Amino acid sequence: MLRQIESIGARGLEVVESIGRSVVFLYQSLVRVPRPRTSLPLLIQQLYSVGVLSLVIIVVAGFFIGMVLALQGYSILVRFGAEQALGQMVALSIVMELGPVVSGLLFAGRAGSALAAEIGLMKATEQLASMEMIGVDPLHQVIAPRFWAGLISLPLLGMIFSAVGIFGGMLVGVDWLGVDSGSFWSNMQSAVDFHRDVLNGVIKSIAFAVVVTWIAVFQGYDCVPTSEGISRATTNTVVYGSLAILGLDFVLTALMFGDL
Amino acid sequence: MRARNIELAVGIFMLIGVLAFVYLAMRVSGLAMDDGGSGYTLYARFENVGSLKSRSKVTIAGVVVGRVVNVHLDREDFVAVVEMEISAKVDNLTSDTSASIMTAGVLGEQYVALELGAEEDFLQAGDEIEDTLSALVLEELIGKFLFNAK
Amino acid sequence: MSESFQPNQSLVSSANLENARLNLIREDQPRIRDAAAPEPATLNQWIEAEAENYVEIQNLSFQRGSRIIYDDLTMSFPKGKVTAVMGPSGTGKTTLLKLMGGQLQPTSGSIIVAGVDVARASRTELFDVRKRMGMLFQSGALFSDLSVYENVAFPLRAHTELPEDMIRDIVLMKLHSVGLRGARELMPSELSGGMARRVALARAIVLDPEMVMYDEPFTGQDPISMSVLLQLIRLLNDTLELTSIIVSHDVQETLDIADYLYIIADGRVIGQGEPKEVMNSDSALVQQFMLGLPDGPVPFHFPSQNYRDDILEGRH
Repeated sequence: MLRQIESIGARGLEVVESIGRSVVFLYQSLVRVPRPRTSLPLLIQQLYSVGVLSLVIIVVAGFFIGMVLALQGYSILVRFGAEQALGQMVALSIVMELGPVVSGLLFAGRAGSALAAEIGLMKATEQLASMEMIGVDPLHQVIAPRFWAGLISLPLLGMIFSAVGIFGGMLVGVDWLGVDSGSFWSNMQSAVDFHRDVLNGVIKSIAFAVVVTWIAVFQGYDCVPTSEGISRATTNTVVYGSLAILGLDFVLTALMFGDL
Repeated sequence: MRARNIELAVGIFMLIGVLAFVYLAMRVSGLAMDDGGSGYTLYARFENVGSLKSRSKVTIAGVVVGRVVNVHLDREDFVAVVEMEISAKVDNLTSDTSASIMTAGVLGEQYVALELGAEEDFLQAGDEIEDTLSALVLEELIGKFLFNAK
Repeated sequence: MSESFQPNQSLVSSANLENARLNLIREDQPRIRDAAAPEPATLNQWIEAEAENYVEIQNLSFQRGSRIIYDDLTMSFPKGKVTAVMGPSGTGKTTLLKLMGGQLQPTSGSIIVAGVDVARASRTELFDVRKRMGMLFQSGALFSDLSVYENVAFPLRAHTELPEDMIRDIVLMKLHSVGLRGARELMPSELSGGMARRVALARAIVLDPEMVMYDEPFTGQDPISMSVLLQLIRLLNDTLELTSIIVSHDVQETLDIADYLYIIADGRVIGQGEPKEVMNSDSALVQQFMLGLPDGPVPFHFPSQNYRDDILEGRH
């Protein structure tokens, strides 16, 4: 009994310690004098592997989710004779919720796991250690560009997701189910507020980007440098990243729209 | 060559992202560039505004001509003051125009409906609409009905 | 490889001169030191020792968790020579190199590299010292997203503001010296293990360091790349006046190349001296290691209870 309590306490201490380590890690990676000549090419390289390579999955997923929403929404709304509100329903649910959250989850699965695995592999093959021995800080050379790339990419991906999703919803709603195009758009435009809905959706995306990328690079950097450790870091990134997104989404939604 | 392709791809990615943002802003939320500044302000006092809030629609004959900017309480008379921004294109509202708060559909949002009168002169920016009809509150309506039935 | 291994003539002759000079120095030095090195008696002697040794490790202790890796270790690595550190696996030889590079902090004691105590150095001092040392990692540790050329150019780009054509000249020279000038466009994944290690060696010496550390350079090499590596290490050491430190458990190759040997086990030095002297050491542990005997002071059996009792226990 006593031993169990002890092990719970030890586990708790471990968690708190690793949180502290991750904060120090982020601070050391990001706080320094910027050197655009060397940093910019690294950032562009990472924007490519983190952002551009995630584009396809985001576009495809957004398109299908928009179409499904329109289809489902129509079948419900048509019972109340309110199918004109389809545009509003599709747009609001995508811009405020599904866009940031689903793109964040996909990003954690696609880019986050890749980041953690890549950094873990660099650690296991002593690339990080050799960089340190060459006199270059891997936190600046490897971690920082990946972090910034994630921070820039996810909000852009989230907005692309939303735009494609609404387009997909329109295709199904207007072209297939025959909702009037004019009322579809005007209903949407009167219901969606730029500041309240669109900007808050983007803010959510930015928050998710920070959390997911942070988890990914830290898990990779902090992993046990063996193949088992890398696979664990990859799994942890997806699991922790997804849970963090969903939890944070609730908190942010409560803060943003709770008083309405 | 490889580096250039990557730069190109990243550039296109950023561009698509920005375009998506513009699309969301313009097409989805209907944010127009000339929104704000180009309209003029009118006021109206209501006994009860129901669930009217800022950004609710202002219509004439069902056509949107403006938006509610602000709803606040007059602390002397204890009535609601609604500040509306009316499109500059609609500058010929007669001074005896009436404003009423209506509900779109049974459970829909509330909006301000304007109805024009017969006066010669027009409302100017900052004027107040005198003739107002408050929102229908379901509980009050039921109360009245019960009272009359007795 | 179309070109044979042919260092240019001037390098060889200067290497010979260098060897001769080193031999002279070697004559002056005391040949063997006891495991517990005696404290230098006078200040003069101390200064002399300081000048001869590129790396001085004094009373070093290092713990990982509750496990003691090094306990009061004292070693010195003479300038311009190949010194090897040998020992069974798991004795933390790589840890020793990481301590010298300042990547790990010792529990106590000092590690003086080129006059700087890396255990107490500030971050900037540490990075300055690291520019003066190169390290060849066990796996080569080439950056997998950069080509061979860019890998070798990496330290130059990080630490110098040299124009591109000079970087090209230096990189090609270093690649030529390891015989891989023709492989510059390849990616690390396209290289064999031996080639990767040679590229890593070119990268380690690209900043013209004063010291190069080799972590298990001979592990998993075929006989050809083994002899290429041996020759390279020797040649680079002699021509560039490097101080070389090799950590290895490959007895034969290390004996071939080392000027001086340390054998460590259980966190302390169990034998040291020139290869011949170590071979003839009367320590049973050293003998077991050097001859590769399966049983001896390091037992074949993992600690366990009596064999007979253990077997019979199942019968009850």
